[in-house]
Amino acid sequence: MFAYLLRRLGYAIPILLGVNLLTFLLFFVVNSPDDMARMQLGAKYAGPEAVERWKVERGYDKPMFVNAAQSGGAQFTDTLFVTKSLSMFTFEFGRADDGRDIAQEIRARMGPSLAIALPGFLLSLVVTITLALLLVFFRATALDFWGVVLCVVMMSISSMFYIIGGQWLVAKVWRLVPVSGYAGGIDAMRFLVLPVLISVVGGLGAGTRWYRTIFLEEISRDYVRTARAKGLSELAVLFRHVLKNALIPILTGVVVVIPALFMGSLLIESFFAVPGLGSYTIEAIRAQDFAVVRAMVFIGSMLYIVGLVLTDISYTLVDPRVRLG
Amino acid sequence: MPVPVILFHIPGALRCLARALFPFAGVAAVVLLGACTQQPNDPYPVAEAGRNILYGVFSERPKHLDPVQSFSEDEATFLYQIVEPPLQYHYLKRPYELEPGVAASLPRVRYFDAAGVELGDKPDPGQVARSVFEITLRAGVRFQPHPAFARDAQGAPRYLNMSAQDLAHLRGPLDFAELDSRELVAADYVYQIKRLAHPRLHSPILELMAEYLPGLKTLHETLAQENKKRPAAWLDLDDFPLEGVEVVDRYTYRITLQGIYPQFRYWLTMPFFSAMPREVDRFFAQPGMAEKNFTLDYWPVGTGPYMLAENDPNARMVLRKNPNFRHDTYPCEGEEGDRERGLLADCGKVLPFIDEIVFTREREDIPRWNKFLQGYYDASGISSDNFDQAVSMGGGGEVSLSDEMAARGIRLLTSVSPSVFYMGFNMLDPVVGDVGDAAARERARKLRQAISIVLDMEEFISIFLNGRGIPAMHPVPPGIFGAREGEVGINPVVYTWRDGRAQRRSLDEAKRLLAEAGWPNGRNAQSGEALVIHLDTTSSGLGDKARSDWMTKKFRALGVQFEVRATDWNRFQDKILRGSAQFFFFGWNADYPDPENLLFLLYGPQGKVGAQGQNASNYHNDAYDRLFEQMKVMPDGPARQAVIDRMVAIVQNDAPWVFGFHPLAYSLQHGWIQNRKPGGDIMRNGLKYQRLDIDAREAARRQWNQPVLWPLVLAGMALIIFILPAVRSWQRRERATARSATGLGPGPGGMA
Repeated sequence: MFAYLLRRLGYAIPILLGVNLLTFLLFFVVNSPDDMARMQLGAKYAGPEAVERWKVERGYDKPMFVNAAQSGGAQFTDTLFVTKSLSMFTFEFGRADDGRDIAQEIRARMGPSLAIALPGFLLSLVVTITLALLLVFFRATALDFWGVVLCVVMMSISSMFYIIGGQWLVAKVWRLVPVSGYAGGIDAMRFLVLPVLISVVGGLGAGTRWYRTIFLEEISRDYVRTARAKGLSELAVLFRHVLKNALIPILTGVVVVIPALFMGSLLIESFFAVPGLGSYTIEAIRAQDFAVVRAMVFIGSMLYIVGLVLTDISYTLVDPRVRLG
Repeated sequence: MPVPVILFHIPGALRCLARALFPFAGVAAVVLLGACTQQPNDPYPVAEAGRNILYGVFSERPKHLDPVQSFSEDEATFLYQIVEPPLQYHYLKRPYELEPGVAASLPRVRYFDAAGVELGDKPDPGQVARSVFEITLRAGVRFQPHPAFARDAQGAPRYLNMSAQDLAHLRGPLDFAELDSRELVAADYVYQIKRLAHPRLHSPILELMAEYLPGLKTLHETLAQENKKRPAAWLDLDDFPLEGVEVVDRYTYRITLQGIYPQFRYWLTMPFFSAMPREVDRFFAQPGMAEKNFTLDYWPVGTGPYMLAENDPNARMVLRKNPNFRHDTYPCEGEEGDRERGLLADCGKVLPFIDEIVFTREREDIPRWNKFLQGYYDASGISSDNFDQAVSMGGGGEVSLSDEMAARGIRLLTSVSPSVFYMGFNMLDPVVGDVGDAAARERARKLRQAISIVLDMEEFISIFLNGRGIPAMHPVPPGIFGAREGEVGINPVVYTWRDGRAQRRSLDEAKRLLAEAGWPNGRNAQSGEALVIHLDTTSSGLGDKARSDWMTKKFRALGVQFEVRATDWNRFQDKILRGSAQFFFFGWNADYPDPENLLFLLYGPQGKVGAQGQNASNYHNDAYDRLFEQMKVMPDGPARQAVIDRMVAIVQNDAPWVFGFHPLAYSLQHGWIQNRKPGGDIMRNGLKYQRLDIDAREAARRQWNQPVLWPLVLAGMALIIFILPAVRSWQRRERATARSATGLGPGPGGMA
């Protein structure tokens, strides 16, 4: 497995390089260093001299890929791409264009994002799998039929509706929890109940239906018939055998998103005023802050790669036939 | 073992039920636990209940709080309460009036000619070579408590050469064990003015100020060289003189400007010209500070009524009363009607009234509005989504609070913003611009006039701004010297005065002008080619569907084709800079209440193309430019008004803009806030004057936020009703045999 992990790590480097290059190109196709300077300095009194000074100070005055003014290797290293993008590989995120420390910002925002994403993810997993197994148990009955109809209805509703409707009903009309906000420690509970509940309910329809499909496929297999034939209860068949054998497709979809939970959720965090990472990238794109954009894209792609590796490892845990080599 | 397996392993319908109800029990527990001490929907910590705290909102995180860099409205809300420039605006008087802030009196200004001869109080502007502003500060003003002022037993700074470990557990300057203060002196203001030239700080007004204070440019170059030599070191600005700025004595400093610049006194109300203690600059320059965001950009320091106690720009900013704030009292004079409005009731009382101000970040309008209605925010703006809920419009266009808001004791405050929004023509454009021979330029002028008439701003304001705007007649908004009301104040090219009010000229007149412009019915008189007007815009600006449809309709009425060229913000800015836009939508918020700050938007040397100034239309008229230069240095009075009238007449006739509107700012406040008066983005240090009736707020919050608990009970019961049959059915299936008792088919509930 060690060799496999090393190989995957090796694959990750060109992938991350490619992602960096793509981010760099896309960003600078839309924004020039002059645009960035004007955005940071404000449009009111920032003249051409101020724009030029800002670029020099922040290192945005360099050519993109080839610096003809330099000689030797410096022709390629003293460029915008190398100085601004490749430092990511040493995990030096540097400062945002407004001067704030990016690593500090990420550390501060990660906690609130996880406080919502993690319980939401776990609860959602438990509830959707349980409901899906129930529907499978009652398959081909009215309960199954109306359950699926309800799932389709729920997955057809926009997540905005759940958020706004949830806030209106629970926080405004019933006044049971704060409309929005966030606090640290145990006080966070009051603020987390509603967004977590909404994230669970919002994903219920699609999740339940997806897992039901997976379980239905499993339930017609020979081993299930054998289990029943030897007299196991339907509960034992479903939870001990079907669930275990259906874990491969479940893990494929689930494990890969675990690292990405750090990145937060844009909508939930915006509406519930949670100071998480969900909006950090969007705010940076709006502010034309390349330092933040490159850092967040890099972290996002790295987490995705980590998620994929973890998925592969998790296969070996649930299926002894899988060997990583 | 997977979680679901654990959940369902214990048999028994009751246990299943208990588990199913657990989430509700959890919610109920949270609700009831909260309800023991405060309303369950109260977003604030229990410890804050009943305290003299004002609750506000911010939507955009402040980017810069260093007074030398900060220049946006979002940041001003915080910064103006913390730092104190020498001058301020009178809180109640309108038009805005300057008064001393930390300064003992308004600055004495002396003028000198090139030979150094003093010219008296009202000099001929042409003769003035230097203007000298001498500012004397009040004695005994002290800075907020700060670790930079702390000293050890030997009198040396207590917190210098700190290690990363020393800083590890600190969240802000107020967490340091030892805090101290010292008296404000003139040298602190001189130090801050030097910071405008600091190469690492990128002050947005460096270039503007360097025009009048050339020493800033020299200092900038010197500091840039020093910065190259010592890129990470602290630059002690006391070692670098700034020509034109000097300390006269402990409390007096002098600024010598090149030429005459009367508007400089308004700049003296802005944080750019507040005080900066040298020891604070040195304190934050220590290694390891910036990594913790311990910078002046994060933690401004001042002598103002409040100090920044908590800075989490993603969630919450807290201002706490500065215990060292100087003796300052509530004003006893105001404008007409202020006494009746109760705004003079606190005359002579010591400021500030409020102990703490908590700003919470809300990015969305809906939760912000709901929390305002629940009493958790003390004041709110009105977004277009909740305009109808908040405000009623009468038949005559008069605005009042809706019954729902009035019943809650909410009050509506309105004010005209010192801003102008306009649709500008690019005067370098071959179709609408001022190019070609005299005849061509005259035709283009008539075309612009025709378009000015047909774009009905009254309708635009009514449809797209919920009536929150005043049609602009020229660049100067009401409330600023130079604006005129009544018949003399209308734009005669677009309006006539009938029945005691301004009435827009007819479509026929616009068509006549269009024909005279060489485009009868929207077609070229010679070639028959259709006239197409291109609006260059961003997709979220005038380019959005509803507004561009409205404009298309208006142009169609004139027979002119209209096309939107939507692009992103950067490309749009490029077009404006290169002068390749044809017709565009722009706006300007005045920095200070002087007509110069609005009329300069049409001053020729300020053209975007070439000078990259603020004249986005690239309008150039020699007569206007001459009058502007004359008006700029005149004191307010009939003579200045006469010059402004002439300038306005020129631009109204030339029509480089379709004069759009001056926005009306509407805001709501709960009845428990006293002394709140809109400052129109000019008077920004107003929080020290506001007062709260805490008991009234607590009572209202209790009354409005009684929790409704029956839905929890109902949800629990509904679950029982749904789950019981399911559990029963489950058990029936589990007990079912493969065949029925009769042996004729599957048993009840058996598997198919």
